[in-house]
This record gives sequence, C-alpha cells and structure tokens, in this order.
Amino acid sequence: MKNPLINFFKRIEPDKKNSPFLHTVYEGFFTLAFTPDHVTSGKGVHIRDGMDLKRTMVMVVIALQLCYIFGTYNIGHQHFLALGEYQNWWQGIHLKIAYGLIQLLPIWVVTHVVGLGIEFYYSYKRGHGIEEGYLVTGALIPLIMPPDIPLWILTLAIVFAVIIGKEAFGGTGMNILNVALLARVFVFFAYPASISGDEVWISGLDKVDGRFIGAEYGWAHQFFDSIFKGVGWDTFGAGKQAVVDGFSGATPLALAYQGGWEKASAAYTASDMWWGLIPGSIGETSKPAIIIGALMLIGMGIASWRIMVSMVLGMSFMGLLLNWWGATPFMEVPWYYHFYMGSFLFAMAFMATDPVTAAGTQRGKWIYGFLIGAIGLIIRVLNPAYPEGWMLAILFMNVIAPLIDYIVLQGNMRRRARRAKVQA
Amino acid sequence: MDADNIIRLRKGYNILLDGEAAPKVEATKEVKTYALQPPNFPGMSPIPKLLVEEGQIVKAGDPLFFEKLHPDVQYVAPVSGEVIATRRGPKRAITEIVILADKQIQYRELEAFDYNNRSREDLVRFLLANGGWPHIRQRPFNVLASTDEVPANIFISTFDTAPLAPDLNHAVNGREKAFQTGLDVLGKLTSGKVYLGLNAAGAPSKAFTEAKNVELRWFKGKHPAGNVGVQIHHVEPISPQRRVWTLGVQDVITLGGMFSERRYNAERVVALTGSELNDPKYVRTYLGANLGELLGGNTKGENLRVISGDVLSGEKKDPAQFLNFYDDQITVAQEGNYYEMFGWLLPLKLRPSVSRTFPNFLLPGFRFRADTNTHGEKRAFVMTGQYEEVLPMDIFPQYLFKAILASDFEKMEGLGIYELVEEDVALCEFVCTSKQPLQEILRQGLDMMQEQS
Repeated sequence: MKNPLINFFKRIEPDKKNSPFLHTVYEGFFTLAFTPDHVTSGKGVHIRDGMDLKRTMVMVVIALQLCYIFGTYNIGHQHFLALGEYQNWWQGIHLKIAYGLIQLLPIWVVTHVVGLGIEFYYSYKRGHGIEEGYLVTGALIPLIMPPDIPLWILTLAIVFAVIIGKEAFGGTGMNILNVALLARVFVFFAYPASISGDEVWISGLDKVDGRFIGAEYGWAHQFFDSIFKGVGWDTFGAGKQAVVDGFSGATPLALAYQGGWEKASAAYTASDMWWGLIPGSIGETSKPAIIIGALMLIGMGIASWRIMVSMVLGMSFMGLLLNWWGATPFMEVPWYYHFYMGSFLFAMAFMATDPVTAAGTQRGKWIYGFLIGAIGLIIRVLNPAYPEGWMLAILFMNVIAPLIDYIVLQGNMRRRARRAKVQA
Repeated sequence: MDADNIIRLRKGYNILLDGEAAPKVEATKEVKTYALQPPNFPGMSPIPKLLVEEGQIVKAGDPLFFEKLHPDVQYVAPVSGEVIATRRGPKRAITEIVILADKQIQYRELEAFDYNNRSREDLVRFLLANGGWPHIRQRPFNVLASTDEVPANIFISTFDTAPLAPDLNHAVNGREKAFQTGLDVLGKLTSGKVYLGLNAAGAPSKAFTEAKNVELRWFKGKHPAGNVGVQIHHVEPISPQRRVWTLGVQDVITLGGMFSERRYNAERVVALTGSELNDPKYVRTYLGANLGELLGGNTKGENLRVISGDVLSGEKKDPAQFLNFYDDQITVAQEGNYYEMFGWLLPLKLRPSVSRTFPNFLLPGFRFRADTNTHGEKRAFVMTGQYEEVLPMDIFPQYLFKAILASDFEKMEGLGIYELVEEDVALCEFVCTSKQPLQEILRQGLDMMQEQS
C-alpha cells in the first residue's frame, strides 16, 4: 500500500476479536473514507457498476440540503414574525439564521447520535458492516419535526422508530414501515398534548396567563449577540417581547379547516405559502426547495418518478372530487391550492419514494402512489382530529404495498401458467 | 429484413469497454496445448471414465472420456496429438485432459452419414458416438441435452451483445457450408423449428440472413438482446413441459462439419479482448486452447485477471488454464484491489455505470477501462426496479431472487425461473446497487428446481 494515510488507518484498526464493537465502528468510518479494495469473486460478474448504497443514500441527503437551508431560516423568520419584528423576509436574516441554527442543530445532533448509536450497536451484534440506511432517515427526521420539539421526546421517538421499526425486522432493507415517519407518528400519538395544536409550529414562545410572549433568549443567543454587536448588526436582546396582536400561530391548514381558502389566504398569501414563509414542520414549508430536491432525485434516477407522478394524480383526483362534493368550507378549497399548504410535496418527494417500504413493482408503484395521494387528502380534509394526512396515508400504504406487489406478481404468474397450459 | 418483423427490446444496457478486438482474424501458431475440461459441462460427475492415458496419441475426434450416468455420450479430442496430462482438482475430480497438439491436425475420418434419409435415432446415435452431442445444451437449466426427448424448438443466436463480445460474422466466414449443414441436421432433430436470432442493428453475414430451413427472427436492442434466452422468451417462452435446445454458432459449424467435411473440426475463432491487451484481435485456433499461449506477450502490466468469456458471465482463469468449451472470447481486465479515498462520493477514475449520478452521460460512446473492484460492499436489497430496467423479459427478477433465497418453489416456477440462465441476469448483477451475487443465487435456485424435478 502506497498511501501513507491508509497505512496510518490500518495501524489504528482495533482488533476484531478483542473489541468487536470498536471494530464495527472503525470499519463504518473507514469505508466512509476509503472504498474498500474488494474485488469481484470470479464467480458471476467481473466488473461492477460504480454505484453503491452509500452513494445512493448520500445523493438523497444532498437533495435535502435546500430544505435544510430554508428550514433553518424559516424557524427564525416565523419566530420574529410572531413577535412583530423584522416582518419582511430580507430583514434580520442573520438573526433568523442564527436563531434557526440554535434550534435545529441540537435536533440534528440528537437525531444522529441516538440513531447511529443504535445502528452501530445492532451492526456489531449481527457481526456485519454498518449499513447506510440511517443516513437518509437521520437527515429526514429533523425536517419533519416541529421546531420546538423537546429533545427527550425526540430521543424516545427515534429509539422507538429505529428499534421497533427497523432493527426488529432485520435492519436496512427489511423494514415494513418508513422509519422517519414512524418517529413522527410516535411523537404525534405519544405526546399529543405537548406537540400538536397551534402552539408548536413557532419556536420560542411562552404562554403566560393564556397569552403568548417571547421566551427568554439563552446563552447561545448571547454568544451570537456578542459577535453581531462586534460587527454592528442588530442583536437578539433580552427576549420576553409581546407577540403581535391577533397572533394565533395557526398553520394555513388549520385555518383552512375552519374557514376554507378565504380564511387561510387572509392570514397567509398564496405566495408566502409557495415560498414557505409559513409555520410548519422544519423542512416541509418551502415548495421550491422541495421541488428542486425532487427533480434532483428523479434526474439521478434514485427516487421513483412513478410514485411522485401518481401521488400528484391521486391527490388531484380526490381534490376535484371533494370540490364537486363541497359540503364544508375545507372541501371547497380549490384542489390546486392543496399543493400550497401542508407537507404534500415533501411527503411525495422524500417519504413515499423510500424504495424499501414502497411497492417494488413498477405497476405497483402507480397504484401505491395514487392511493397515497387520494387517502392522504381524505384524511386532511375530512378528519377533524388531524389536519394533515400524508404521514398516516403513507404508513397505511406501506402496510398495503406488499399486497399490491402480490397482486401484480400473481398477474405475472397467472399469465405464465396460462401460457404453459396452452403449450402443453 | 422486414421492418415489421423486428422484435424491438427497449430495456437493456450496453457496457462500453476499451479493448475491442480489431476486425481481422489471424492464424495463431503459438498455441501448443489444448484441453477438454469436464467441469465445463453442467451436471457432469466429478470423475468421468477416462478412455485415454497419458502419453497416448489421439486424433481430433477420438473419444477422451464419458460419464458413467450417460455412457453413450462421448466427449472427443478437439485436436490431434499426445495426451500429456490429466489434471485433478479437489477430491480427485478430473479438471483437465491436456493434449499437446500436432503441428498439422490429424482428423479421425467419420462415416459418411446421409442425414436426409436416415432415421432420427440413427442421427442421434451418430452424434453421440462422434462427439457432437455435448455441443447441444438444453433449457431449462442449461444442461446436456437429454437423448430420449425431442426438443420443442432449437434456438441459435447469431450475435452477442455482451461487453467486447466477438462479431460472429468472423466465425462463420469461410465455414458457410458447414454452418448450413449444421442447421439442416438440427432441423432433423426437433419436431418444431430451428430459430435463428439476427441482429437488426448490425450487418449479419449472408450465412445468417440467407440460411435455409430455419426461421429468422430479427432483434434490435441493447445487451442482453443477443442472449439466446432473451430471444427464446420473445419467440416461444420455455416452460417445464417445453424443453428447447440451444447452440452457439461455432458449435453449429462443428456439428455441420461432421457431415459436410466428415471430421470433427473444432476450429474456433476466438476474440482476445480487454483494455489490458496491447493488440486486441481475433485469432483462429481450436476449442480448449491454452489461455497463456493464446495471449502470448499481448498483455500489458501486472495484476491482471484473465477471463474465459466476457466480463459479465465469464470464468476467472489462471493463464496456465484453458478456454472453456462453450466460450469464444477471452477478456483481460485490471484487478481492482486498491483503496480509493471517498471513492463512493468523488471517484477520480471513470467507471461504467447505469447511474445518472455519474457524469457518464456527458461521454456518449466513451469506452471505459473497467477493473474488478466491487465499488462498494454487499448490502440487503434496497433499490427496486433496477433489474427490470436492464432485463427485456416479462419477469420480476428481484422477486424471483427473493423467492430463491426463501426456497419458495411454487413462486420460483411461477415467476419464470425456467426461462433464465446465469448469463441472462448478469447485467442485473452488474447494476445491482447492493452488490448481490445474483448469478450465484439463480444457479442455486436452478439446482434446487432440478433436484425437485
């Protein structure tokens, strides 16, 4: 071996027998730094495609980066909007980003430390290499959480999702339910009081005597303040400001549920909803960021365009049907405005397309996506308990996906059997 | 060629590699040793009954051995000369019977056999006794053709779409008469038809396009459109009740020569290919030629892998070993036993890939210098729809492989395992993101099904 760096890494390699856990972790990081020197066995193919699972997964993470950038900004933007400061999107950008980072970084770190820790442990237990599935799961989870999620709830949710949802089934590639969504659904059903309703979508507000006020800023904000002061920019200050009059914190979906598109668009303009300057889960609000990510995934051939297209068709179909019915104000929301609100696009691009939990046959993917689109909108519009439907629709269809594939395969088997009978 | 009659295959992928054989056929005098290798025949018992001893002089066409279970099938010498070695592998299995060839090949003269007026039984007996039979393979399972069954049809693909595969026009050039005779003989062996698959994207030799007593079928598409298994699927699919035979073009020529030239002439045009050759070309030699002698000083550099066959479904060989019975190509590739820093993320070397995450689409027609690195580690099945994109058959490969791993016989049969052999799924194995050994899995499944039946 010529490369001195490899020689160095090989020298610090922990012994596999004496410290198997360390060895597993070492190998995980080593293969991240260096593609191993494995060659094809000589039985079967002699050359292999340059694509592997690491690259596949990292491409998805890259496609998510715009959502991360915008999400970071929007956490801060929504915070200041509620307090009536820096109302325009370009004002106080440095404060908004600093605020978002202070909120998002701990969530990201906890997600990865907890999730990867479990992943490492199970890889060591099974005695095989660390698989890359969690790279994407870990990138998705922070984006679908409310910005104020308590870290202990997040930890419990990840432990539940990774152990029960994935490792219990045998690890990456074996799970039936989407792991990231399982973490979200755990938060929703286990802690409904602290993590649903109108209050959770905007970060840094306290409720005192039934009225919101801004929370006190912590040491991290003061640290940024000391920098901002140095360059002469605006600072966070002490906090505890009063919120603007008429502030509710409600998302467009919650408003639309009460009073249709009129009420939702009275609080937020369609363009705000499109660009993502609205309260919501961290990564789901900016439609352009998501669409660019989705186009990247389709362009690279990583996510199934069939699922995405059929999901759009499914939702449009159901939207038109509900428009025609029109029994409640929410049903009368023009079908195309449903794309502006909530997390449809994020669910479409990054959640429904998970190849492990989606239908595996090409024909099955059309059915799978269409049904998610249709069922998700039913839950969004007709279910008063929960204003957003994609999480439940996707998990439901995850369970149904093997059945869809089964039917498609039965068709193939029947065709073959019939042909054999004709020939015989 | 009638434009309406072309079977167009949309799915598939051509792996473009550096080291295509130059379109000229050279005679070679370099090769001195040839071997018949019992492991080349699927289902062969490890220790067949030898009919020759070391030091014995044989003529081309003299029987060398037979298998105790099928004593009527004779395996004959491809060249004349002295038997210099019978090499054994693990558990004393006979792996090679090596012949030091004469400068001028002596042929055993065969009886003049009038296949037009003799019975099918006599014809079968003639082929069995004189070494023609092992050239015929039977599907499902890709095994030795059974002697007591009449095949539904016989299929021959006249083109090979595998990476760097030889252009079979060179093989038939000058042997047109033997090829046509071979086709005529095959016509007497089946109750159905003899199908010839032709390349609609190329310029097939007149020996193919004007062949008589056969059905021509034109195919247009990327690899594996040239695989006979894919062609069968689109002409008349196989089922367990419907066995078919397949032959390579050069096997048909050898078979025909037994009648038109009255000798077992196992001459082979072999393509020497691969990026690690100084001079990739075609050579005229005989079946079972020694690989090292064939390559001579043609290779460059060290740390090479010599493959009998193509890079997708060939066999890794030592240069001291021999060309496999059914192969007409040798590929030499660079071994890939190196570490690559962040190779999965920012590869420094160009590599073939179907993935659009590489900038390969900017280089249409670029010929890659591929090595044997796996470019990643084995993982569970994660991606879906990848295999379907490169397999132009009405089959769900991923579900078939899962059925094999679960030993679900009913599903294996239902999902079409009988229609596949290893070479058909080789491209699926190449594109597999999870680096699964799909050809091995398929063989495992085929063996299971064969035991059951």
